[in-house]
Amino acid sequence: MSNEIKYHLNDAILMAYAAGSLPEAFNLMVASHLSLCDTCRAQAESFDALGGEVLEAMADDAAVALRPDSLEATLALIAGGPVDAAETNETACSVLPKPLRDYVGGDLDTIRWKPVGMGVKQAILPTSKEASARLLFIPAGTAMPDHGHHGTEMTMVLKGAFQDEDDYFARGDVEIADSDMHHTPVADIHEDCICLAVADAPLQFDRLIPKIAQRFLRI
Amino acid sequence: MRIRDNKDTQAFAELFDHFAPRVKGFLMKSGADASLAEECAQDVMAALWNKAHQFDPTRASVATWIFTIARNRKIDILRRQRRPEPEDLGWGPEEEPDQADILSLQQETEALGAALAQLPDAQRELIEKAYFGDLTHSEIAKETGLPLGTIKSRIRLALDRLRHTMK
Repeated sequence: MSNEIKYHLNDAILMAYAAGSLPEAFNLMVASHLSLCDTCRAQAESFDALGGEVLEAMADDAAVALRPDSLEATLALIAGGPVDAAETNETACSVLPKPLRDYVGGDLDTIRWKPVGMGVKQAILPTSKEASARLLFIPAGTAMPDHGHHGTEMTMVLKGAFQDEDDYFARGDVEIADSDMHHTPVADIHEDCICLAVADAPLQFDRLIPKIAQRFLRI
Repeated sequence: MRIRDNKDTQAFAELFDHFAPRVKGFLMKSGADASLAEECAQDVMAALWNKAHQFDPTRASVATWIFTIARNRKIDILRRQRRPEPEDLGWGPEEEPDQADILSLQQETEALGAALAQLPDAQRELIEKAYFGDLTHSEIAKETGLPLGTIKSRIRLALDRLRHTMK
């Protein structure tokens, strides 16, 4: 846990996370950020509370009566159902927050990196198709290809740091890029950088070569 | 609380009468047919009982908690996806939660409900649409018009206490 996170998720994303309407890859980004950021976690839980109040305030004509034997059926379900397995509390000192470890199947050493050129490596995570999630390894001092966006792209630093034209992003910081943004992130010179990147539309690269590479990278 | 501490069936029946029809309505608005929504509503209420020991009343109201279980079921059943959850801080404080903290959270939740009720119709409907799953994150307004800051501070305090006990 660090209190130094400067770049946070916005309310629209946190509200959609609470409402359950984000694509899976975005949910993974939010859950990973909330694992590192209590400021956003408290805001996300406030949006959960709002959901509770929306449910509470639901007009009587929107609530739907259950079958007459429903309570009995539920009590039977409880009587026969499994009690929750005790949740294991793993140590929180790993580089990958718990939700990411679940997708990777372990910590950093279990990631199956694929090289994509210039020393950059990526690992695509299995999520639903509406959006993609990948881990990126960017060697210290290396620039990512300049690119713009159609949809929303979010990048969170897990290790090391990167900077673009305006800002410096360290562990836990999220850069949110929308369609009007063009940028060239560069990994900090002192350390290799590992990020989680999610996008709900393919990125657009400005130069010819990355465009060809795009087909192979599935970015 | 009676369910959490005493496994009280009568208290459960009262919660069931109040919330199960709302959960069923919520699931049907989200696209489930009546029989699937019925089945899921029973599941959600059963989960409420089975997970009662995880409920932390200094961090969430009962309505909030039921909403989160229902939402997760919705993603699970209707979208056939799992929902990544943040790293667990250990819901449910080990010692007795402080009554004053429970009361403040309750008051903040009620204030939030009252503020929601007072919003202009169009704005309230937009929030309802967001929660019933009709809006994407880019369609959700940047401003809700609701005073979320106060409840956020309460939850933040509860998180700080949890972090403290974990050390």
